[in-house]
Amino acid sequence: MAPPSPRRPGFSRRAQYSIFVAYVVAIAGAVAALVLVLSARFDPEGHSALQSTAIDLTLPITQTGHRIGEGVDTAMGGMSAYFDAASQNTSLKEALATSRRQAAMADQFLLENARLKKLLSIQDKVIKPVASGALVASTGASSRRYAILTVGADRGVKNGQAVLGPDGLVGRIVATGRQGARVLLIVDGGNVTPVKRASDGAPALAIGRGDGMLVLRPITSNTPAFRQGDMFVTSGSGGLYRPGVPVARVTQPGRDGAIASPAADPTRLDYAIVEPVFQAPPPLPPSSLPDQEVK
Amino acid sequence: MARGYAPRLNKGEQHWAVLVIPTLSVLLGSLTSVLPHMALYPLLPPFGLLLLMGWRLIVRDIWPVWTALPLGFFDDLLSGQPLGSSMFLWTLALLTLGLCDRWMMWRDYRQDWVIASFLIILALLGGLVIANMAGGETSALFLIPQIIVSFLVFPLVVRICGGLDRLRWSL
Repeated sequence: MAPPSPRRPGFSRRAQYSIFVAYVVAIAGAVAALVLVLSARFDPEGHSALQSTAIDLTLPITQTGHRIGEGVDTAMGGMSAYFDAASQNTSLKEALATSRRQAAMADQFLLENARLKKLLSIQDKVIKPVASGALVASTGASSRRYAILTVGADRGVKNGQAVLGPDGLVGRIVATGRQGARVLLIVDGGNVTPVKRASDGAPALAIGRGDGMLVLRPITSNTPAFRQGDMFVTSGSGGLYRPGVPVARVTQPGRDGAIASPAADPTRLDYAIVEPVFQAPPPLPPSSLPDQEVK
Repeated sequence: MARGYAPRLNKGEQHWAVLVIPTLSVLLGSLTSVLPHMALYPLLPPFGLLLLMGWRLIVRDIWPVWTALPLGFFDDLLSGQPLGSSMFLWTLALLTLGLCDRWMMWRDYRQDWVIASFLIILALLGGLVIANMAGGETSALFLIPQIIVSFLVFPLVVRICGGLDRLRWSL
């Protein structure tokens, strides 16, 4: 016997109507959902408010899982450390000797730098991080690249603040819950970060590709070609991020721009700090500009 | 007798688990996107959608069509997609499955797999279009791994649904 269609429940009017109403509700709901989707383009704030509540509610799950994962990692690392202890010992001793020499050199530079800065009477503005937390998860099923950070509005985190990993820029906060926040990673497809080459300051834009890599596009036409291994740091233009934070390293130079991998690898579940929104210093009044003609 | 073929008359009162287990399993499927793992590109199959379709293909009259709206809303809150994305796409998926039931009365399991795979591909592409509309800019090529993984995982998901189906009636 053919299965009875759930859409034809026999002669009961009531059953027929309830199925009809279910279809009407579903189609009306789908249309409303479409309107909601379109509104995300114009009102991202309202959307992120709801989603931040969800972050708070699910953060315990993510955090517990994160801790278990960390524990397993540490245990495995502890076990494997026994196996090559002898060879590791010699290589570590060598590395220690080298780094001691480098540290001594760095001390000298530091001293010299401080002296020169005093000479030029430059004042360093120390940027105090707002908070620090762990990046525990990222949206794996969606094509957008958001990560979940374990600090939120409770600790002063606000939308628009920059998130920095130990090796460089990670992204910026786009939704803030009370105890967690959502970070838009710089590798998210279409996310644009203004950068400059660390070596010569050639300006470029680092655009996320959506697969964990970035595309670097030069802004000016006379920029010397990007080479393998070139390091790019934030340029500070646009006012999103403070200048000088490592962003990406070129892995595949191309004819027009290059493909680069992010300096801070977001796959390593790591700690990140949140920095306040960067405010570019106001332009100096013309009279105080140093005279460039003087030799 | 498979579910949905059972006589409608003279049914006793339903146990709470009969409704709660399927719904809860879809919600848990949506929750996989908050598991602690950092993805650089979309690879995690949309488990919420897979479970929804798995249940719907095993048990035809399990949910009224509007169920995809609240379940999709929950998924949207967690998945990183703009709100409304899964609500819209999941409802369309359920409506399409309803049409398939009309067109193809007699289906075997492999046909179900093909139908579900088509709907998953459409839902993932639709999700990409919606995400790109809301500010992203990701190429559809990067979805291919996720599509393949979802296609391969679907039979497993149907088995899970089948196991849960047996469980919910035995409670």
